[in-house]
Amino acid sequence: MSPEDSTMQDPPGERSIAAAEATRLEAAAETADGTVAPPAVPAAHQSGDLGDDRSRQSALRQMLSSNAMVSVLSVLLALIVGGILIAATDEEVGETASYFFSRPGDMLSAAWSAAAGAYAALFQGAFFNFGADSVQRFFYPLTQTLTVATPLILAGLGVAVAFRTGLFNIGAQGQIIIGAAMAAWVGFAVHLPVGLHLLLVIIAGMLGGAIWAGIAGILKARTGAHEVIVTIMLNYVAINLVLFLLSTPAFQRPGSSNPISPQLDANAMFPPLLGSGFRLHWGFVLAVLATVFIWWLMNRSTIGFELKAVGANPSAARNAGISTTKGYVVVMLIAGALSGLAGVAQVAGTEKVLTSGVAASFGFDAITVALLGRSSPWGTFAAGLLFGAFRAGGVTMQTNTGTSIDIVLVVQSLIVLFIAAPPLVRSLFRIPPPGAFKTTGKRSSKNPKTAGGAA
Amino acid sequence: MKLELKGITKRFGALVANDHIDLVVEPGQVHSLLGENGAGKSTLMNVLYGLYEPTEGEILVDDRPVTFNGPSDAMAAGIGMVHQHFMLVPVFTVAENVALGNETTKLAGMLNLEQTKRRIREISDQYGFDVDPDAVVEDLPVGVQQRVEIIKALIRDAEVLILDEPTAVLTPRETDELLGIMRQLTEDGKSVVFISHKLREVKAVSDVITVIRRGKVVGSADPSASTTELASLMVGRSVSLNLNKAPATPGEETFVVENLTIASATGPALLDGVSFGIRRGEILAVAGVQGNGQTELTEAIMGLQDHVTGSIRLDGEELVGRRTRDIINSGVGFVPEDRNVDGLVGTFSVAENLVLNRYDQAPFARGVSLRPAVIEANAAEKITEFDIRTQSAATAAGTLSGGNQQKVVMARELSRPLQLFIASQPTRGVDVGSIEFLHRRIISERDVGTPVMIVSTELDEVLELADRIAVLYGGRLMGIVPADTSRDVLGQMMAGMSADEATAQHTDSKGGAK
Repeated sequence: MSPEDSTMQDPPGERSIAAAEATRLEAAAETADGTVAPPAVPAAHQSGDLGDDRSRQSALRQMLSSNAMVSVLSVLLALIVGGILIAATDEEVGETASYFFSRPGDMLSAAWSAAAGAYAALFQGAFFNFGADSVQRFFYPLTQTLTVATPLILAGLGVAVAFRTGLFNIGAQGQIIIGAAMAAWVGFAVHLPVGLHLLLVIIAGMLGGAIWAGIAGILKARTGAHEVIVTIMLNYVAINLVLFLLSTPAFQRPGSSNPISPQLDANAMFPPLLGSGFRLHWGFVLAVLATVFIWWLMNRSTIGFELKAVGANPSAARNAGISTTKGYVVVMLIAGALSGLAGVAQVAGTEKVLTSGVAASFGFDAITVALLGRSSPWGTFAAGLLFGAFRAGGVTMQTNTGTSIDIVLVVQSLIVLFIAAPPLVRSLFRIPPPGAFKTTGKRSSKNPKTAGGAA
Repeated sequence: MKLELKGITKRFGALVANDHIDLVVEPGQVHSLLGENGAGKSTLMNVLYGLYEPTEGEILVDDRPVTFNGPSDAMAAGIGMVHQHFMLVPVFTVAENVALGNETTKLAGMLNLEQTKRRIREISDQYGFDVDPDAVVEDLPVGVQQRVEIIKALIRDAEVLILDEPTAVLTPRETDELLGIMRQLTEDGKSVVFISHKLREVKAVSDVITVIRRGKVVGSADPSASTTELASLMVGRSVSLNLNKAPATPGEETFVVENLTIASATGPALLDGVSFGIRRGEILAVAGVQGNGQTELTEAIMGLQDHVTGSIRLDGEELVGRRTRDIINSGVGFVPEDRNVDGLVGTFSVAENLVLNRYDQAPFARGVSLRPAVIEANAAEKITEFDIRTQSAATAAGTLSGGNQQKVVMARELSRPLQLFIASQPTRGVDVGSIEFLHRRIISERDVGTPVMIVSTELDEVLELADRIAVLYGGRLMGIVPADTSRDVLGQMMAGMSADEATAQHTDSKGGAK
């Protein structure tokens, strides 16, 4: 028996699970930038029998239950690494680096000013414009952040409730798109009075998302088809379906063959929240209400109790008479409805028309948002605001300092990476692992000792 | 080789896991460490095996102090350890597993397994292990896998063998074989450190018994000491191992199973034509070696199995084909055999687990809205009633000790009016102090007139609780016998002999001995 054998002793298999989880999360991180779909392989190897399912769920749970401090520190670390990247790619830093050894101060100050300048611009673009000449302009960036955060929060909640039920809902993107398409159609093709029209648009959007996610839920419940694969594939179906729809006259503007829908009726749209000077609309209020509702659902309702039991221990849930299959379908319907609402916020609030890019990469960012928010409703809300701020501020950063907005995507991806590796963050900041004195004890015995050894 | 631990203390922060423990393991002895779960036995052995560094104290091998920086040092010094959870690669052969970490190679780094196989055969023959070096580990029964672990230690010339709760995973027969192997090893001059909380085994095999409680050695005992004495020493207060239950006063037969069969997609039926009945106020214990259809039987009753044919009737109502939820609501209490997997949601609080199958009924919910205050109050009440040791009702159930987890499950199932109570392995992995308590609760449920079915693989428990005993073998009922049936007869029924045959043979052999 080798020494490695025996050190594996008491968190059985946890390392390998963590490793598998990391691969999967990197896959998710890849998707966060909206370009690459996560490979099906890491998902495929964890499908299958119950035991495997269980270990996967415990790993998921472990990740989600890691303390809030880790989330905060992950963001901090990602910003630091992002700052280093900004500095490293800055032209002035490059020039001063050539004579680093004669005058190191030049390079260091250049690096500092590059990173600090970029982040200052990011902050100004996301929260308050200090150079503003009016109150309205001063607060404008903050309202932009809230506008962008609205679909992120809604779709993030959808991913989060599914997480809590033990399902990886990778399909928020497709659910947003279908929700948006149905909402948009009701918005421009039907003409109804004020109030009723918007209500119908909201219902149509929720229904669209719920149907799309419900397919994955029913397949999972009935046949055991893995929700990760099904939802990923449904994303493609949704994207291409909407592209097709936009090529038909029913969805095009009269007399035009461009893949853009007519603008939604004024009655079908969210009224602006702070007047017409801002893009912020009542959809944000809906996101706040949705967060409150999900908090109640997950913490104070019998439905949430069932869903959480199914997520935390499907076997015990079955023994207690809770139907896991029903739970899977119900949670996917809820998740889809939330993502559909995100779609509604896009077409009936921010974009006002349906295009194939209506969902941007909100569906994939929602996964990151839910992870960062540790799947709690208010955590997801906060994470959605943060990501909204990144996106809104990133634009200003690019225009003001020339730092590419892509750095924001790098920072977002790094956040996921650090969240996926809580031990790394803990060891960097010397945080004791939660509740596990055994691990620390073991680690201390691994400290270098005198090489004296036995005898 | 003589092994001595002197004043070993191991602290984890404020927690003292081992407090100045002295222990001498003489060559040729089985030295048992007896203590409840969490008493510090495993910590002590991990210190000895180089996994933990002791805070204070020293380890002496043949009177010379040694320091172990890791298991490899311990192994080099002649200490081998067999963990409770095996450290084997399931898809490797026995020889590959044994060679792992200690491979001998031929020219150009080619693996030389021949030598390892030869040594395995030698050791296997010497101790009668009956292990084939070419067998793939995952195909082997648990008992044989354990012997592979022992071979791994012996092939590295271990003189002291630490066995950490080795019988927890074994059938009674495999346990007896293991105890035999331990005796053989000591006859060979090797010494064995046997960690257990099972009194009967410890008494059967030990030369010396050291009892540990809360990290301290509280005394040593002679193997001839009574189980009651040992239990009291272990728990720290007097324990009554004998329940002295009142005789059953059975009423009408309200629970009837008829010709219950569970088909399996592959191979023979999991349960084959099982019929029995349980009367009000009586305990039927289902005995049998693990994996002979007990799990399927309980799950079939609870509506958790597919492909069930036959009939299960409770108070005249058919249960087969109904949903688990309906069966629970018709008054069936069920304690599943594996509480961590089936009985509890580990991340849920104690309070939530106590209402796991009643969360949506009055008074715990109003409509779809939970009533946290009522759930809390219920938890407070049950925690007191069942003496559940937990920091608070909000503590996650997964962090409780095995005994307290089991009390949570029991409290949940026993706190509503029942028409049938089923408990599978009600005291597995539960400390001695709690066993007595749990047994008494089961009997008091019987005494209020509930039909009770106990499934246990531990014969002691079966004999302790049963009013009648049913034995399952290979998915079939070998017969139902009275509670005073001898262990020998039960043992033979558990090995597949019908009740009549086993009784007849037993009477014969008695007659022959006269």
